[in-house]
Amino acid sequence: MSTVPLQVVTPDRVVLDMDIQMLSLRGGGGELGILPRHTPLATTVKPGVIKVKLAEGEDFLAVSEGFLQVMPDRITLLVESAEVGSFIDMDRVSLAKERAEKRLAEHADDVQTERAKAALQRANYRTEAHELSLKHGEVIKHRIEGKENIR
Amino acid sequence: MAQSPRDIRRRIKSVQNTAQITKAMEMVAAAKLRRVQEAVQLSKPYLEKMQEMLADIAHSARFVKHPLLAVRPVRRTGYLVITSDRGLAGAYNANVIRRALQEFRGKDKASYTIFAVGRKGRDFFSRHGYPLSGEATGLPDSPTYPSISSLAEQIVSAYGAEEFDELYMVYNEFINAVTQRTVAVKVLPLTDLSKADTARKVNFLYEPDEVTLLTALLPKYAETLVYQAVLDAKASEHGARMTAMGNASDAAGEMIDSLTLALNRARQAAITTQIAEVVGGAEALK
Repeated sequence: MSTVPLQVVTPDRVVLDMDIQMLSLRGGGGELGILPRHTPLATTVKPGVIKVKLAEGEDFLAVSEGFLQVMPDRITLLVESAEVGSFIDMDRVSLAKERAEKRLAEHADDVQTERAKAALQRANYRTEAHELSLKHGEVIKHRIEGKENIR
Repeated sequence: MAQSPRDIRRRIKSVQNTAQITKAMEMVAAAKLRRVQEAVQLSKPYLEKMQEMLADIAHSARFVKHPLLAVRPVRRTGYLVITSDRGLAGAYNANVIRRALQEFRGKDKASYTIFAVGRKGRDFFSRHGYPLSGEATGLPDSPTYPSISSLAEQIVSAYGAEEFDELYMVYNEFINAVTQRTVAVKVLPLTDLSKADTARKVNFLYEPDEVTLLTALLPKYAETLVYQAVLDAKASEHGARMTAMGNASDAAGEMIDSLTLALNRARQAAITTQIAEVVGGAEALK
């Protein structure tokens, strides 16, 4: 099956750079499935869990909102944060979740609740990505660890 | 500086201690500098990709009006002044603050507002009663995007709400480890999208549509520019501190040398006096 290089880029670093067979995510206009040789497309990306299909199987990333640029020969995903499911620190997620829940219970004003809700949503996406990643055999982790020159 | 050998020894000891500290600080700054430089490299792709995407969209959405692109008559100017949290970095903070004051000169306090990054700048401006609208202090040595994003968002949305009509960033630009240049760059309104005209002519599908996409992309782009400047300033800070501490260590070395010379002289003088006394005493017994 043909592949296309996918780059997941955040302001801090390039999170993922590898050849994939298919990418599924939620775009500004709805669910999107991108295959190689897709027509040029630019869209907003909604926060959530994205699915990446590699030759060895599927893996999942939790992403914040951002942008997707698709060219027939490459895909670039620009997001403020992105984490491969396997690499998500679940201790930190549950801490963040507790904090958000506590804030939701305490605060009544709109700004704080909005923030807490968003934080809770993020924690849930990260949990989901982590679990899905483990369930599907941590494909990206194995691919990365297979290479010598990765930190 | 006629002092007793004991006083001079004490001074040498104290200068040696100082030299040890400055030497350690120099090495720490060097290590931090290397880390920030890596972070700067790692953060480049995001900005580049974003520029590429903007250029493509700007090409097909040329006539879109967006507050971040609109040149308004300037009634109020925003300044983002990036200093460090800690001192002992030579003229690093003094340069930035002096440059900012230069920009303010002759302006009415109502006609500008300051966003301060770093404790040194924040303290200076609040102590002297300058108009402060926002601040970010206690940034990590190698700042990550989340650590600056709330200030960046605040700035961009305040600009969008027309609280000020142009934004300058005043900071020390990193040239190399020993050279920093204090600059005041205009960031908003965004103008350098004109590069778009030379962009590749690809017909993109836009979802939901060009305007929505551009409206979402522009604020993020502006925030990324702010983040890049903060990273750059941080690299300069570590560079400046490294140089300052290196100079301090050198100065301490010279001081130790001249003190040692003085010590030897004083000791020699003491010995000479003692011999003279012994000889004098022996003569007297004859």
